[in-house]
Amino acid sequence: MTYRITVNGESHEVAAAPETPLLYVLRNDLGLNGPKFGCGLGQCGACAALVGGKLTRTCSVALADIKDAPIVTLEGLGTLQRPHPLQKAFIDAQAAQCGYCSNGMIMAAKALLDRNPKPSDEEIKDALADQLCRCGTHNRIVSAIRKAAMEPVR
Amino acid sequence: MSVARLSRRHVTQSLGVVLATFALPSPLAFGQAPANVPFSLRNNRKLEGWIRLEADGTVMVFTGKAELGQGILTALAQIAAEELDVGFDKIRMVSADTSRGPDEQYTFGSQSVEQGGGAIRAAGAEARGILVAAAARRFGVRAEELKVSNGTVVAADGRRATFWELANEGAGLLKGDIALAAAPKKPGDYAIVGKSVNRIDLPGKLTGAPSYVQDIRLPGMVFARVVRPPRYGARLLACDEAAVRARPGVVAVISDGNFLAVAAGREEQAIAARDALAASAHWSDDAVELPDMASLRTELQKLRAETIVVGTAGQSEPVPAQARRMSAEYSRAYLSHAAIGPSCAVAWLKDGRMTVWSHTQGAFPLRGDLAKVLGMQNGEVDVVHVPGAGCYGHNGADDVALDAALVARAVPGAPVKLQWMRDDEFAWAPFGPGMAMKVEAALGSDGRIVDWSYDVWSNSHAMRPGQAGGVNLLAAWDLKTPFVKSPAPHIPQPFGDGDRNAVPSYELPRKEIRNHLLLDAPVRNGSFRTLGSHGNIFAIESFMDELAEAAGSDPLAFRLAHLRDPRAQAVLRVAADKAGWAPGRKGDGQRGRGLAFCRYKSIGMYAAVVVDVEVDRKTGVIKVLRVVMAADIGLVVNPDGAKNQLEGGIVQAVSLALKEQVTFDRRQITSRDWSGYSVLTFSEVPNIDIVLVQRSDPPLGAGEGSLPPTSAALANAFAHATGRRLRELPMTPERVKATLS
Repeated sequence: MTYRITVNGESHEVAAAPETPLLYVLRNDLGLNGPKFGCGLGQCGACAALVGGKLTRTCSVALADIKDAPIVTLEGLGTLQRPHPLQKAFIDAQAAQCGYCSNGMIMAAKALLDRNPKPSDEEIKDALADQLCRCGTHNRIVSAIRKAAMEPVR
Repeated sequence: MSVARLSRRHVTQSLGVVLATFALPSPLAFGQAPANVPFSLRNNRKLEGWIRLEADGTVMVFTGKAELGQGILTALAQIAAEELDVGFDKIRMVSADTSRGPDEQYTFGSQSVEQGGGAIRAAGAEARGILVAAAARRFGVRAEELKVSNGTVVAADGRRATFWELANEGAGLLKGDIALAAAPKKPGDYAIVGKSVNRIDLPGKLTGAPSYVQDIRLPGMVFARVVRPPRYGARLLACDEAAVRARPGVVAVISDGNFLAVAAGREEQAIAARDALAASAHWSDDAVELPDMASLRTELQKLRAETIVVGTAGQSEPVPAQARRMSAEYSRAYLSHAAIGPSCAVAWLKDGRMTVWSHTQGAFPLRGDLAKVLGMQNGEVDVVHVPGAGCYGHNGADDVALDAALVARAVPGAPVKLQWMRDDEFAWAPFGPGMAMKVEAALGSDGRIVDWSYDVWSNSHAMRPGQAGGVNLLAAWDLKTPFVKSPAPHIPQPFGDGDRNAVPSYELPRKEIRNHLLLDAPVRNGSFRTLGSHGNIFAIESFMDELAEAAGSDPLAFRLAHLRDPRAQAVLRVAADKAGWAPGRKGDGQRGRGLAFCRYKSIGMYAAVVVDVEVDRKTGVIKVLRVVMAADIGLVVNPDGAKNQLEGGIVQAVSLALKEQVTFDRRQITSRDWSGYSVLTFSEVPNIDIVLVQRSDPPLGAGEGSLPPTSAALANAFAHATGRRLRELPMTPERVKATLS
């Protein structure tokens, strides 16, 4: 089957079985590195992206179910040269160790700031409740998101 | 149980182990005199093996150490820039690569700044000295009259030459053995080392640049998955290879003994084929009988053991007759590495050479074991380190590298990317071993400890590849023609294995410490951050509080009275001050505060921790409110990077102490996803204050030492809050409720 999906503002045609988890299409057909395979069970959040503006576990959503919902991945936020305020805040706070969970953290933070531009620390922690970090950089992540929220909206 | 006092030589022989293969530095390697050869230089003496000036005006620095998420490449780049006097932004790091880098064995034990950094420091100083000498010849002046800044040598009269121009003069200029002729800078002259700089790898990782082994994409690459047995010991009886081979996209099904794998053109096809292969497989009912989790401590104590006395003093003196004797027993559960990304490797057999990209901690040792299993020469196999998800020790990285290579051998010419699924990782990666500890001590009439007796039981925490006498890779044991496991090596004190930090840093006039290395390993074990130190410090520091209470002493004063080392005393005092430690303050049944100290490996970093907790007596949930740590890590290369490591260790230690345990019934591992193995989440992470107290040479390592005292201080805080002590980790709500009822 071929499907047309819009990722980071660009339209792509992909040929894959309808039940294919979106994660593998993003990583392997589109060559994106942001979304990561963590568990394949929707438990850890490493694969998160925004689908139709909603924080989504891409390991657990089928290609056929995307329809025309626009997809935004980590790459769609900013670049090495022009990082998004969230990415810049994570760099400034050195809010990562291995960085494998960072994709999910930043995407969950993006979803939060889109609906609540000035969250409290408690609201930040709530928004990240289902995002797992193993290196122990939680406090830096919260502080990076707090700082990013102070930046003018882009 | 009888206690055999074996000499080190005897033990080494009886275990059939060659110590050198483990590449431990001698204790003398620590705090070495400048004339000594840095540890990592000893087998890698060529200057061009460490530093190369590139035509584009950058400096290539080669290291055998690997980026595990700890920021080591950034710290090593700081050291290189410092000694060479070139801009930090000009340094390009090449990490652990058997085809072009120095062999530094493993990245472990919080030793990379000391070992790898020591080598780069010497190589950088040597290269700078050679280039300055070349400039002196060119300008006809004495070297002492020249200044170096940003990679440019400047004479008093204004003439100048860049390092790159000078290097062009003679192709052999920066080649040959490092003579250690140039003295490295003194720490007082440092401009880059000691400054917080941002990690060089994070901008890419945070914007989706290809950064991980999972991100490698090669032309014609196929995706592979493995099917493991349902439990330890099960043998493959049959599986329907033909049906799986006929599935969409499948290019190979590999069945060799109990090793099963599948490769397909697309990743989701490989995963679906894995499910089909697993469903079609019939396994024997064989199982390894696993310990009863409900009584882990006594179960461990029943296993066959090799007992070694690892510390002794004053045994010829009698214990004073009026001394008050106390004892207690403790345990710690088996622990999972639980990295967010399952282990992954890319392998490619091309023109008779096998190249494996891996997040291993030891590229060279892994290469050796891979070559053995593949029946190839070491020179025909290359292992290139590429970061994976967080690494806290010997996880599945090495195992999946062999899995990928076995699949690559079946599809020659095609690169193979193989990532474990979540259940592969949780069920089959090596665990941090469960541990049992027993302390017995006597207090004299003056309230000081007059006798100390300690036992620790655990499997080897050191089952990495690259050791003599076998192959330590999972699939190798499952092949039709299987390889045997290497026997556990003997790791002498002060490093130790299960006995790491079993010998207290306290002044004890009479003591005996015994390590019972368990020889039967029903559960697969390996190195998890701090090895036995986490369990031993939990027991020792818990018991120090129990003794202090019996002696009517404040926990802080009691510890200070038994410590002579001023750096140990300093971290305790600073942590106590920062936390507002108030002697004699009582817990109120809910809130409490605990203290603990550890000098990691007895020769590494010092840390003292104060932990505040709140106990919900109804739910049994312990909430950690605040953690204050004072740490002395010696020379600090990157203060913020070091703090990040210490913070991470604290969070991980709270997680270990409150939540983490690998679960199993008597036949198989049952914690196979995140619902079965919980780690600390955002709302449970405490506020953390860290003070770095001293910054003198040499570096003492910062990667691990914050964990052991944090779990221990947490246990002490619970006891302080409630008046009841938990002597088993993790301190789950069930255990809390049982203790309080």
